[in-house]
Amino acid sequence: MTDQNSSLHRHRKKAVPYLLALPAAVWLVALFLLPLVIMLVKSLETCSPITGSCQMTWNWSIFNLEWSMFHKQFFNSLRYAGIATVIDLLLAFPIAYFIAFFSGRRKNFFLLMLLVPFFISFVIRTVIWQFLLSNSGIVLTILRDLHLVGSDYRILGTSTAVIAGMAYNYLPFTALPLYVALERIDKNLLDAAADLYAGKVMRFVKVVLPLCIPGIFAAFLLTFIPALGDYVNQQVLGGISNTMVGTIIQNLFLVNANYPGGSALSAILMGFSLIGILAYAKLVGTKSLGEYL
Amino acid sequence: MVLDLTAPPKRRKQHKVRWLRFYSWALIGYLVVPIVAMVIYSFNQVQGGIPQVSFTWNGFTTKWYEQWSQIPGLTESFWLSIRLALAATVIATILGTLLALALVRYGPRQFRGKGLIDQTLFMNIAAPEIVMGASLLGLFASLHFARGFTTLLLSHAVFSIAYVTVVVRARLIGFDGRLEEAASDLGAKPLTTFALVTLPVITPGVMAGALMAFALSLDDFVASNFVSGSQLPFPVWVYGATRIGIPPQVFVFGTFIFLFGLICAVLSVVLARKGASQDRARTKELSRS
Repeated sequence: MTDQNSSLHRHRKKAVPYLLALPAAVWLVALFLLPLVIMLVKSLETCSPITGSCQMTWNWSIFNLEWSMFHKQFFNSLRYAGIATVIDLLLAFPIAYFIAFFSGRRKNFFLLMLLVPFFISFVIRTVIWQFLLSNSGIVLTILRDLHLVGSDYRILGTSTAVIAGMAYNYLPFTALPLYVALERIDKNLLDAAADLYAGKVMRFVKVVLPLCIPGIFAAFLLTFIPALGDYVNQQVLGGISNTMVGTIIQNLFLVNANYPGGSALSAILMGFSLIGILAYAKLVGTKSLGEYL
Repeated sequence: MVLDLTAPPKRRKQHKVRWLRFYSWALIGYLVVPIVAMVIYSFNQVQGGIPQVSFTWNGFTTKWYEQWSQIPGLTESFWLSIRLALAATVIATILGTLLALALVRYGPRQFRGKGLIDQTLFMNIAAPEIVMGASLLGLFASLHFARGFTTLLLSHAVFSIAYVTVVVRARLIGFDGRLEEAASDLGAKPLTTFALVTLPVITPGVMAGALMAFALSLDDFVASNFVSGSQLPFPVWVYGATRIGIPPQVFVFGTFIFLFGLICAVLSVVLARKGASQDRARTKELSRS
């Protein structure tokens, strides 16, 4: 009797991790993984434009079709997201370095200030940049007064505005992982390097940079992928000539109700992102991302 | 000789830090620009018939604060966003914390599929939001599920769960499992142990996860735009209004949200500092005895 009881107890104990994980796992499978599979399946269907009913036709050529129609917008996305990410890495590294090594008692203050853009809505932020970058806005007024640009110079509607907006909106995503990586560096290592007569540059190149490479990867991932799928910056700040793939996907789904086409483009975008995601997982490991959030 | 070696680098360090400090303040100034603009122009008077925000200064007014609820649709969308964020936070915090407990406490042998869950969480955080939004729309459409509050809640919860799990897990890694063993050795039942030992220890991590879930949900635009249907959360409403002109009240709501976020953040920093100093005091006491 007691034996049975204890074996029952042991069985119950064995089930604990699964029971703890079950609700979240069901949610994630049903509303994250399953929709991705459905998306892939949907993209292979053919829908009648008259009745709106869809049938599975294994129409693999849709990927070719969508790619040939919209590869330009894809490359726009890749280019703008890439440029914005590089700008963010360059802008964020010095401040992350400063906060990690020299901010002293003001550390929490600086970290809080880095997060400040998140305290106002993403859409409102972008709209305000639309006003600031407009022809009568403060940025162009100052540039014109300094005679740095001609009177017919425009920012709004150009790819410059789109990249500037993305660089602003995603900067915290870049700065925080870099800070976390730099913060973790054991300061004694720098002293040791100095004792071994490594100069300032050598210490930076041989000690600091190699140790924060995982952080740079995380920063890249957390900035580049959201920027790749972004369409708010493009719609608010950009124009017709710099359309990004996010805009196309949004229009296919919400304006044209072309679900197979939109699904196919989303699948291609997901494929591109997966390259980055898998490379990160391979190089740095999946668990580490949580440490950079 | 020793002094000669150490003196110059120190001076150089000071010099470098001065430039870095200046740069850091400048960058923070850049980050703050839109917020300052929003707060200032929420007090701006408006000329013409239908009130719209404009960035020419027409004089100071508190009119938009007095008439904060006068715009049909905007107030509803704001409360919808708050309700949505609260509900999504509750779901995501509970589910995410339970999952984090399972992931931290149990190795891959006691918990098969752990690696798979890890990868799913990672993918969920890293995947472009537009793909998730589009795929959720596809799911709801193929199930003929009408879009509205439920679809918004289901979607917000799914991306918040991953963040909560990851944040709570990062905070749980230092948790000493022997505390729970001690409690059960002293005769505490599992639920009692959880309520009296586990929960107080993990609360700061859970709070951090909950705040993150709330912020993510309140500010979500991309996924919401796909699954909202006729129920428009605040960011989706504002985005729709950009085409026809934004009423000044949007900046009033924006200012409220900003202040609320600021208060939460400052509180969490203060609480964390208090907790840390308490820990230090406790450690000191222990080491003395």
